[in-house]
Amino acid sequence: MFDYIYAQNPYNVKATYCMENVQKHTLNPDKWIDLYSDYLFNYTIARVNKTEIAKDLVQETFFAGLKAMKNFEGKASERTWLIAILKRKIIDYYRKINSTKGKAEVRMNFYSDGENEGDWLEERVPQTWGSDADKEIENEELGEALTKCIEKLPEKYAMVFRMKTIQDFDTDEICKELDITASNLWVIIHRARTQLRKCMEDNWFIK
Amino acid sequence: MSKFKITCDEATTICDKSQYGKATIMEIIKLRIHFLGCKICALYTKQNTLLSKILNTNKGGSAICSMSAEEKEEMRKRFQEESAKLQ
Repeated sequence: MFDYIYAQNPYNVKATYCMENVQKHTLNPDKWIDLYSDYLFNYTIARVNKTEIAKDLVQETFFAGLKAMKNFEGKASERTWLIAILKRKIIDYYRKINSTKGKAEVRMNFYSDGENEGDWLEERVPQTWGSDADKEIENEELGEALTKCIEKLPEKYAMVFRMKTIQDFDTDEICKELDITASNLWVIIHRARTQLRKCMEDNWFIK
Repeated sequence: MSKFKITCDEATTICDKSQYGKATIMEIIKLRIHFLGCKICALYTKQNTLLSKILNTNKGGSAICSMSAEEKEEMRKRFQEESAKLQ
């Protein structure tokens, strides 16, 4: 192998340069909280949107990091390694809310079977909003009403909806991070938005 | 013609996708044809677009939160306890 490289590059300039740059990363848990807690917290809050849960996930990540220290190979930086652990924690959290709470709270908007399958359920049919509905989009209270409606969504719907709509994540990125398929994501977005529309109609546009 | 026929559920799904610019041309055509016979979904689309505008207007408003010094101290304490347990 080295003979080959030498033959290609008799002065071995690049090879030497590479060798010098391969430095092993090390872990220093005493500094984790100071160096990474803000970074990990911001990373988490953009995804779960609840301070308490974000704090718990970050804390668990540090614990898991401690326990897994012997598996650290030094290939990635400390921060990258911690983020990889945190990503697993976020997937686990998403799976948990997906299997427990998420399901019961879903309000259907369409007939799910029978000859009317796919039609609007009568009580969920959109009503005409006032003619001045689009004149006040910069209204602060309106923004608050919308935030409240997002909070009323089942947690997993709110999480995917926020990541897609408010944080502007790529579809691919969300799918990868939450381990779901693209069609899965669009079904969630669809249900979140139909529910959000109804909530805004009831609480803001037609009171 | 039947392959252009979609249900309201499908129509609104396409509408939701198009809010993110992710609906295909074929889907948009199907949606437009659906509107010809369905005023409800046309209304849904109008309202949905308005909601997108409101969401975009309010996007910047969400405050960046960080942990307080006390919260970090609490985290540090628990971390040290856990660390001690492992040694």
